[in-house]
Amino acid sequence: MDLMEKNLELVEIQKLEGHTDRVWSVAWNPVSSQADGVSPILASCSGDSTVRIWEQSSLSRSWTCKTVLDETHTRTVRSCAWSPSGQLLATASFDGTTGIWKNYGSEFDCISTLEGHENEVKSVSWNASGSHLATCSRDKSVWIWEVLEGNEYDCAAVLTGHTQDVKMVQWHPTMDVLFSCSYDNTIKVWWSEDDDGEYQCVQTLGESNNGHSSTVWSISFNAAGDKMVTCSDDLTLKIWGTDIARMQSGEDYAPWIHLCTLSGYHDRTIYSAHWSRDDIIVSGAGDNAIRLFVESKHDSVDGPSYNLLLKKNKAHENDVNSVQWSPGEGNRLLASASDDGMVKIWQLATKQ
Amino acid sequence: MTLGLINANPVVQAKKERLVRREDQYRDDGVDPLEIYEYVRDIRDPEHPYTLEQLSVLSEESVTVDDKLDRILIMFTPTIQHCSMANIIGLCLRAKLKECLPLHYKVDIRVSPGSHADEVSVNKQLNDKERVAAALENPNLRQLVDECIYSDEI
Repeated sequence: MDLMEKNLELVEIQKLEGHTDRVWSVAWNPVSSQADGVSPILASCSGDSTVRIWEQSSLSRSWTCKTVLDETHTRTVRSCAWSPSGQLLATASFDGTTGIWKNYGSEFDCISTLEGHENEVKSVSWNASGSHLATCSRDKSVWIWEVLEGNEYDCAAVLTGHTQDVKMVQWHPTMDVLFSCSYDNTIKVWWSEDDDGEYQCVQTLGESNNGHSSTVWSISFNAAGDKMVTCSDDLTLKIWGTDIARMQSGEDYAPWIHLCTLSGYHDRTIYSAHWSRDDIIVSGAGDNAIRLFVESKHDSVDGPSYNLLLKKNKAHENDVNSVQWSPGEGNRLLASASDDGMVKIWQLATKQ
Repeated sequence: MTLGLINANPVVQAKKERLVRREDQYRDDGVDPLEIYEYVRDIRDPEHPYTLEQLSVLSEESVTVDDKLDRILIMFTPTIQHCSMANIIGLCLRAKLKECLPLHYKVDIRVSPGSHADEVSVNKQLNDKERVAAALENPNLRQLVDECIYSDEI
């Protein structure tokens, strides 16, 4: 199926209003958005210090705000992430704390607050098994937390190495390898060789490795975990790859190498990029637009190349801060968040 | 706590006369750079009881507008090369413009080329909107910024 041949468009399904300040991030609940007969659930977080949970009604097919998580964070909530089971939601805030909320269906309770960072927490990510989560901050550090019984969380590691504000952390989709990206223009890879919880920085992807020349805002992996896309203030998307089989065999660390740079497509900072299960890369940028990219069919000696599949101008009335594909199979739903205070649900569909 | 002022002896110019402009002097659908300049010229310097215009930190040439792309560029000139107030001035500009401009305008703020020893790093921080947002949530910084942008109302 060659997507470039099809006449595709990004259709706005619904605009979700409610936040009273810019929306920084969206996150699809991994479980509810996939299972048949269960309504997709989306979380969004904002400069208004709250998190909103949105659900699609199975009857009317329209989205409504099910609940607002407030009274925990006292400042901007910058990012949120669901645990793999969909039972917990972690929220990272400029107030320096990370909230852990338990999902009771129609209600959420804040069951724990992780403290330790010296200033704003920028991002939070759960590992594939849900046994650990990672946070990062303007204090330049990355923290790894272990999930214990009884709603207890223990700090398992404090990782230093970045020389500036760390913007995002993202666990590898299948292995306990942690990635972070920063205002220092680099991406760092953290790995515990003996699986003993002693994480080290095993690789830094900087300008000398064909890396970014300005702040790196976001990292996203393909489903197989052998490729990742990063996006930056340097107006490019970069594709990286690794020998995942070698990594999974456990013998040693397989380094990531630069495969491709997508330049000339963006003229404002790219804040978010996400790799779908069916290999469509979406980007959200400071020019209010959403762009989709797919790998080119034509093999090249120099490695893979990517084409712009489509560009949605004026997707929002201001910067697009976050874009995320729904994890559900086959429905090609996309959520986006913007400085205009809106969350939007989109569908990638063939033009009628 | 009394620290010496970063720049104890700034050069101060007299306040410029405000020209009264006719309505038809600029396009209806665009933003006039001089209109934007009106919003920012009276911002008070964080250290001295003078406006940014009086200290030549800003002038009419500071503002350029790209009407096609709805982008605004503001270049300001700190009074000295090692001015540690450059970031505060940048925050004041952003805070003031956020109130005055329609949402869809993109604003880039830079120090005038060659005017600051850490030009690259100051420019980077001033244009990182996440850093700007966090700074403006800091009560102490917010108070200082408010004093500078609302000084003509005190």
